[in-house]
Amino acid sequence: MLHKTKQGLVHIENRRSISSITECSKCISCKGGREERRELWRREGENTVTERRICCSRKKRYKQAIKYFKRYTSNMSRPPGRKQDNHKIDWHLPTISSSASAHHMSRELFVLTYGALVAQLCKDYEKDEDVNTCLDRMGYGIGVRLIEDFLARSAVKKCRSYSETAEMIAQVAFKMYLGVTPSVSCTSATGDEFSLILDKNPLVDFVEELPAERASLCYCNLLCGVIRGALEMVHLAAEVTFLQDKLKGDAVTEIGIIFLRKTEDKKHKRNK
Amino acid sequence: MADEALFLLLHSEMVAGLYRAAEQGEGENGRCITKLENMGFRVGQGLIERFTKDTARFKDELDIMKFICKDFWTTVFKKQIDNLRTNHQGIYVLQDNKFRLLTQMSAGKQYLEHAPKYLAFTCGLIRGGLSNLGIKSIVTAEVSTMPACKFQVMIQKM
Repeated sequence: MLHKTKQGLVHIENRRSISSITECSKCISCKGGREERRELWRREGENTVTERRICCSRKKRYKQAIKYFKRYTSNMSRPPGRKQDNHKIDWHLPTISSSASAHHMSRELFVLTYGALVAQLCKDYEKDEDVNTCLDRMGYGIGVRLIEDFLARSAVKKCRSYSETAEMIAQVAFKMYLGVTPSVSCTSATGDEFSLILDKNPLVDFVEELPAERASLCYCNLLCGVIRGALEMVHLAAEVTFLQDKLKGDAVTEIGIIFLRKTEDKKHKRNK
Repeated sequence: MADEALFLLLHSEMVAGLYRAAEQGEGENGRCITKLENMGFRVGQGLIERFTKDTARFKDELDIMKFICKDFWTTVFKKQIDNLRTNHQGIYVLQDNKFRLLTQMSAGKQYLEHAPKYLAFTCGLIRGGLSNLGIKSIVTAEVSTMPACKFQVMIQKM
């Protein structure tokens, strides 16, 4: 096998592995200068000199390779799509505006999608009650799945009372998913009925006003369905409705939660 | 982000709700995909407006497509498009190897016949985004193995 060096092509007789080259004391180019090397070349014959020269130059290359490798991997680890980087795609994209942080954008995506959904439902159904029912049913479907996501993310302990549950919904769940914290108030003496008062409803961010023919449309009825579905999955039957709605001209948006006594009946049956 | 779960759930409920309504109604199945696509169109228009409010003008079509692949996709689906191919004559193929809306459904050939329903909204999203950036296009999608999918964008010269 021919190997290229400064002095031209030389033979490599015994291919030693890199690991076997531990010391360079045998190598001529380390010991002496050029003159010495040439003399040895003439005296000892080609094979011996070749081996030694290759020894030193291979080790130098090996050292260089290690240095390069270390420098290379000491930078941040490359993303898995490195192949694309090798192709040198020149993105040169305009910088993203500071207002478009990912967090706000995903919420805007949700709000816009919800708006498009309500608009489509309004086109499909003529009556407001149908739209409201449809939204509620969709919200129920979302709620039964969302509760698992909520419990997984928040890892909250079991609520011991209805008021604790209402507080949990308002302060943890709303904050986590919509970024707002409604205030909770108990509206009945028995402690079954609560109301969440939202002064800022992110779902209506892009709604100017309800059209005149849709006066009784509950725009955010999905929220009611979500709360109802989520509570049902933790074995709490509840009735959730909108008591006040800013879109309809009221001062604040108010969601009323009435806990029903279903669980108590089940307990009685078990005792029997 | 927690909002991701919300959007995924809302999207699947939307698809289910529309199809349920179609079943109970006259039974026009083709209209559902159109409805979903139109919804996506409207959402895409709005999103791209808010997203590119302060960005500089795009140089050319390819720049816009790269923006969609990188920043827009990252915002909506928290990842970038894995592969962008073009024939430089107005046809772009965006390939996503792990499409967020399909990962929870299956990882293979199961439920392949239901996949197009879940891609219609995203097709509309891309079409709406491009439309508000001044490009008229037709976007179609195909799935061969879930959750990988390809979106084909055909630019229409006006």
